[in-house]
Amino acid sequence: MTPMTLTEKILARHSGRESVQPGDNIWIDVDVLMTHDVCGPGTIGIFKQHFGQNAQVWDKQKVVIIPDHYIFTNDKMANRNVDVLRHFAAEQDLPYYYDVGSERYKGVCHIALPEEGHTRPGEVLFGTDSHTCTAGAFGEFATGIGNTDAGFVMGTGKLWVKVPPTMRFIFEGELPPYLMAKDLILAVIGDIGCDGATYRAMEFDGPGVYSLNIEERMTLCNMVIEAGGKNGVIAPDQVTLDYVNARNARRVPYTPVFSDSGARFVFEKSYDVRKLQPVVAQPHSPDNRAYVNDIKGTKLDRAYIGSCTGGKMTDFRAAAQILQDKTVRIDTFVVPATSEIARGLKTERINGHTLEEVFLAAGAKIGEPSCAACLGGPADTFGRLNAPMSCISTTNRNFPGRMGHKEARVYLASPLTVAASAVTGCITDPREYIA
Amino acid sequence: MTLPANVSGKAYVLGDNVDTDQIIPAQYLTFNPAIPEEYRQFGKYALSSVPPAQAGLPKGHIPFHTEDEFVSPYTFIIGGKNFGCGSSREHAPIALDAAGIKVVVAEFFARIFYRNSVNGGYLIPFECAQRLCERVCTGDDLELDVASAQLHNRTTGETYALKPLGEVAPILEAGGIFPYAEKVGMLNR
Repeated sequence: MTPMTLTEKILARHSGRESVQPGDNIWIDVDVLMTHDVCGPGTIGIFKQHFGQNAQVWDKQKVVIIPDHYIFTNDKMANRNVDVLRHFAAEQDLPYYYDVGSERYKGVCHIALPEEGHTRPGEVLFGTDSHTCTAGAFGEFATGIGNTDAGFVMGTGKLWVKVPPTMRFIFEGELPPYLMAKDLILAVIGDIGCDGATYRAMEFDGPGVYSLNIEERMTLCNMVIEAGGKNGVIAPDQVTLDYVNARNARRVPYTPVFSDSGARFVFEKSYDVRKLQPVVAQPHSPDNRAYVNDIKGTKLDRAYIGSCTGGKMTDFRAAAQILQDKTVRIDTFVVPATSEIARGLKTERINGHTLEEVFLAAGAKIGEPSCAACLGGPADTFGRLNAPMSCISTTNRNFPGRMGHKEARVYLASPLTVAASAVTGCITDPREYIA
Repeated sequence: MTLPANVSGKAYVLGDNVDTDQIIPAQYLTFNPAIPEEYRQFGKYALSSVPPAQAGLPKGHIPFHTEDEFVSPYTFIIGGKNFGCGSSREHAPIALDAAGIKVVVAEFFARIFYRNSVNGGYLIPFECAQRLCERVCTGDDLELDVASAQLHNRTTGETYALKPLGEVAPILEAGGIFPYAEKVGMLNR
C-alpha cells in the first residue's frame, strides 16, 4: 500500500478507504463540529432551512457551541446572536454549550475545545472559524469551514473534502529562551508567503517541535491558515497524550495516527531553531516579516496580549517574566483566552506575585476572556483600535482593518517581544531583557 | 444560484491578498445572513475595508458603491492572487452576492472562500492563468461564456481564456452542496 502522511491517513480512515492520495475528493465522517456566536446563527439558519424547523442535529455528543467573539459588548445584535445559540442549545438539548454569563462560560473556542476534552488524536474536527486548525497540535485533522458546510455537517455528520498534499517543516535543536513558537511560525510564513500553503497541509516535526509544550504547539498550528494552509498537524507524543487523557473525562476512545515512513511530502524545509531570531510581521500582512533587531525603535501606541494564538498561560508567563518590576510605557491590554486561563492569572505566581498582580503593577489593563480586539468587533470592544494607531500584538492577523480602524498598523510578535516593546514604547528585542 | 450560460456586466478590479476583513469588516458580522433583511445589509458594507488606493484598480479611489446603496453597479470582481484569504466567514461571499456580484475571477483563491462560494452557491469563482487584474480596468464591460470559460472584454476587444471550473462545476450546476449531495446520494432528508 502507498505510504501516507498523517493527514492522508486520518482522511482515509474517515472515508472508509484503505488509502487516499492528494487531490482525491472524498466524503468523510466528522467527529466534532464546533461553532460560535459569529457563524453559529447563520449555520443554524442553514441547518433549519434544509433539514426542517424540527430537525435534530446528527449527534448531540459531537456538536460543540462556544460563544466567544462578541461577548462583553452592549451591541444589541451581538447579544441577539448569543440568544440564538442559547435557544438552539436548549431546543436541541446540547450537552456542550458553554453559555455566556454562566459558570460554564469558557471564552476563545480554540482553547476551550482542548480544555473541555473535545480534541483527540486521529479525529476530524470542523469549525466555523479559520483558526480551527489550532487543534492539529493534538494530532488530528482540524480545519475551518463556512456556515453552509457547517449546516450540512450538523444534519449529516459528513462533508466532502479534497485531500491536500502535505508540506513538512522540521525544526532542529531546542528553542533558546528568547524565542517562542510565534517566532517559528512567523519565520515560516515569511519564507513561504501568506499563500505558500494554499490547499496544503503543514506538518511540523523534529526535536524543536517536540521540545515545545502543548500550548506552544497550538500556536504553531494556529497560524497555518495565515500561510493559506488547510490544516496544520503535529504527530502526537507523550506530551499530547498526557494532556488529552487528562481532559478526556468521558473516556472517548481515539486512535493516534502517524505519517508512514516513505510518505510523500510535496515540500520539505528544515530550520535550526538555535539560529533563528525574534521576528515580527509588519503591517499589513502576516508574511511581511522583519527581524526585531532590524526594526527596533519603531514607535508604538499600544500593546495587546491575547487571542487563541497569544492568550494562553505560556504566553502570559513569558510576558510576566519581562513585565515584573517594570512599568509599561504604552497602553497595554491583557486578554486571557478562556476563563480557566483567567483563573490561572490569579493563582500562578512568579517571584511570589500572581501573574495578574505583575500585569496590574506594570500598568496593564486586564480584560474578560474572549476574542476581544483580535478581530476588531463592535466599537466598544476591549482594546479595539478605534483610531489609526500602531499596535504590537500577540494575535495572528494584521490585514488592513483587522483590529478595528482600517488605517491602524498592527505588528504581530511573540509575547516576549510584545512585553519588551510595551516597556519601552517602541519595538524592542526581548534579548535586551532575557539572556 | 445555478450556473447560467452567460454573465455580462461591469468589472470592479482589486489587487492581491484581498482578505475577508476587507471584503466584510468584523463589526458587521453581527447581522445574521439567515434572515433575508439582514442578508441584504451585507451588500451595503461589502468591500468597505479595502484601502482606498487599492479600490477600483488601476486608478484606485473608485468606491464599490455609494455609502447608502445595498447593491453595486458591478457584476464581476477581478482580483489578483490569494483572493479571499483570512477568516472562514461565509459572510464574505454573501456580501459580494448581496451586492450583486455574480463572478469573481482571480489568479487563485484562498481555500475557504472558494469552498464557501461554491458550496453556498453564491458566486462563480474562476481562476485565470494570466494576471487579469492588470489587463482589465474597473468599469470595463465584460461578457463571460461559462461553459467555454471565455471572458470577453467588450471595452478593449480582448478575450481571455479562464481555467475550466473542473471538479466544482457539478456543485455549482446543482446550486450548492445541498442539491449536489442530494443528486449524488449523500443526503437523505
